Amino acid sequence: MIPFLKNAIIAGTPLTFGILGAMYNEKAGNLNLGIEGMMLLGAVAGFQVALLTMNPVLALLAAMVFGALGALIYAFLTVTLRANQSVTGLALTIFGTGLSRFWGKRLMGTVLPESFSRNFRPLSLPFLSKIPVLGPILSVFLEQDLFVYLSYVIVILSGIYLYHTRFGLNLRAVGENTAAADASGINVTLYKYVHILIGGALCGLGGAYLSLVYVPSWQDNITSGRGWIAIALVIFTSWNPYRAFWGAFLFGGLDIVGFRIQTLNLPITINQHFLRMLPYLATMLVIIIGAVRKSSSHMPPKDLGNPYFREER
Amino acid sequence: MQIVKREGTSVKQVIIIRLIAIMAAIVVSGIFIVFLGYNPVQVYSNIISGALGSKIRLKATLLEMCPLVITSLGILVAFKMKFWNIGGEGQILMGAFAATYVALFVDWLPKPLVLPVMFIVGFLTGGLWGVIPAFFKARFGANETIMTLMLNYIATQWVTYLQYGPWRDPSLKGFAKIANFPDYALLPKLFGIHIGFYISLALVAIITWFLRKTKRGFEIAVVGESVSTARYAGMDISRIIIATMLLSGGLCGITGVIQAAGVNKTLTMNVSSGYGFTAVITTYLSGLSAPRVLVVSFLFAILLQGGSYIQSALQIPQAAADVLQGMILFCALGSEFFVRYKIRFNRKNSVSSEVK
Repeated sequence: MIPFLKNAIIAGTPLTFGILGAMYNEKAGNLNLGIEGMMLLGAVAGFQVALLTMNPVLALLAAMVFGALGALIYAFLTVTLRANQSVTGLALTIFGTGLSRFWGKRLMGTVLPESFSRNFRPLSLPFLSKIPVLGPILSVFLEQDLFVYLSYVIVILSGIYLYHTRFGLNLRAVGENTAAADASGINVTLYKYVHILIGGALCGLGGAYLSLVYVPSWQDNITSGRGWIAIALVIFTSWNPYRAFWGAFLFGGLDIVGFRIQTLNLPITINQHFLRMLPYLATMLVIIIGAVRKSSSHMPPKDLGNPYFREER
Repeated sequence: MQIVKREGTSVKQVIIIRLIAIMAAIVVSGIFIVFLGYNPVQVYSNIISGALGSKIRLKATLLEMCPLVITSLGILVAFKMKFWNIGGEGQILMGAFAATYVALFVDWLPKPLVLPVMFIVGFLTGGLWGVIPAFFKARFGANETIMTLMLNYIATQWVTYLQYGPWRDPSLKGFAKIANFPDYALLPKLFGIHIGFYISLALVAIITWFLRKTKRGFEIAVVGESVSTARYAGMDISRIIIATMLLSGGLCGITGVIQAAGVNKTLTMNVSSGYGFTAVITTYLSGLSAPRVLVVSFLFAILLQGGSYIQSALQIPQAAADVLQGMILFCALGSEFFVRYKIRFNRKNSVSSEVK
């Protein structure tokens, strides 16, 4: 059970980044369907820079920059030029998928050398194994690689930022009621740009986790729909960074159930292709449940998806 | 600088703005091509000649255009209702799946009936795949974008399962492939192009008529404009959403039938090969007008066919064409702004002249 849960955290980490990325977009009132595209841009850029420099910090920076560049295109089109958010997001996914496939063509099948992977070996705290009962449970969370620890840090920082700082409060005001936020002197355009870019950078990191640590080699469409699952999980985890973490954990578990179930010697064998449908089926279920239980504490930002024009107020 | 809403943009202005957008797309893509180390003029001329340069290439372009047209029509009816159906891929695959079942496993049908039945079950199965998200949207307001997308992945796994599992052709040893259709289940040809192409032209006319002249078509537009207006007018919104998605998914399903029976001669992943997504672009660029779908799909077919030509002629990967598609769409999306707004640069004298 413990190894399973550990792997669930690992499989959930790209989702954690993706959900947070989508969440920052949506907190600013923008429904960005380009998450998958930005994750792929980050995945390929991180992989390329890792190969060229063998430097994990530079690889992560590259992933963030390319995720954010994708977000910049989206922000320019939707915020400044007021283009349709859904279609722009789709275009970004098509663009990101195409560019990552094109760029990754020469990287196909390349495996990152051991000297690089060493940077992302699981690290454990030495006293952890000595604690009875609690030790193994804690080891699920605290015997992980640096990247996973980074996701914890970002989850906590996001929580503090959103709920305990003035900037976070302002951001939520922009998403909830753009016109009122504008009237109260908040620079709406700036807030939207900054948080769409932060979201893009986080998506880039999520993609890089796949290409640098999880797989770790290049393959076409390495995200295989995780960006879309992330968009669904934002709804499921109701725009809350802490719940985002647990949602990703849950879906990470679901992701590896497919691999594990065949080794369990069950009386009935379930075909692997049906098992691979599980995360997608679960995502649909999440969407439906989310739509059915429309309680007030689980509602999206009120101005989500609405383009904002000061002139038309 | 000030942004002002245009009061009724004239047709001429719209055309000029669109032309500028196309120019911008050509320039931006050109920069990308230079960045790849190629000569953009050479690449563009190869795309054009690769798509239109000879009779065979023109036929190939028209064959490429056919699935785009029909899928776009399917996406269009959904988009008219503001139902963001991006599940074209899955709907195409499921339509092809049902047609394949008829072609390979229903042996009691008289042979001349096989093809028509393939079209009917293909339409219904693709439509059903569209009705699933429509039902949950109509009943609970569940987000259709993600639902339709998830159904794509499920359809993909389903077809892979069939290909590697129960439908695998045992006569092909070591090669997981579904058996080819018998001759009577293949689309006949007319003037060297399979009849799917002519069906696509007919469908453009039918959908144009349907949306403009029929009550059902009008209802779709009303629901798309405003759900509350539709409700006020006493329309059964749930029924409209579900019926429209049956049509939308059904049209995509027909694409699947045509690609399986006209091009691939069997069920493979290639029957969809991205048409569901490309059609989202072509539909949007057509401004949700069925006749214009024809024009935009033709241009995109040139891009796709020319894109695969430059792959062999200049060794530029096919994925580069996807990147170009993305850039073209960005330019088109950006140009929308200039159709709706104009930017006024406030110089002192212009302000004072307006005051007078």
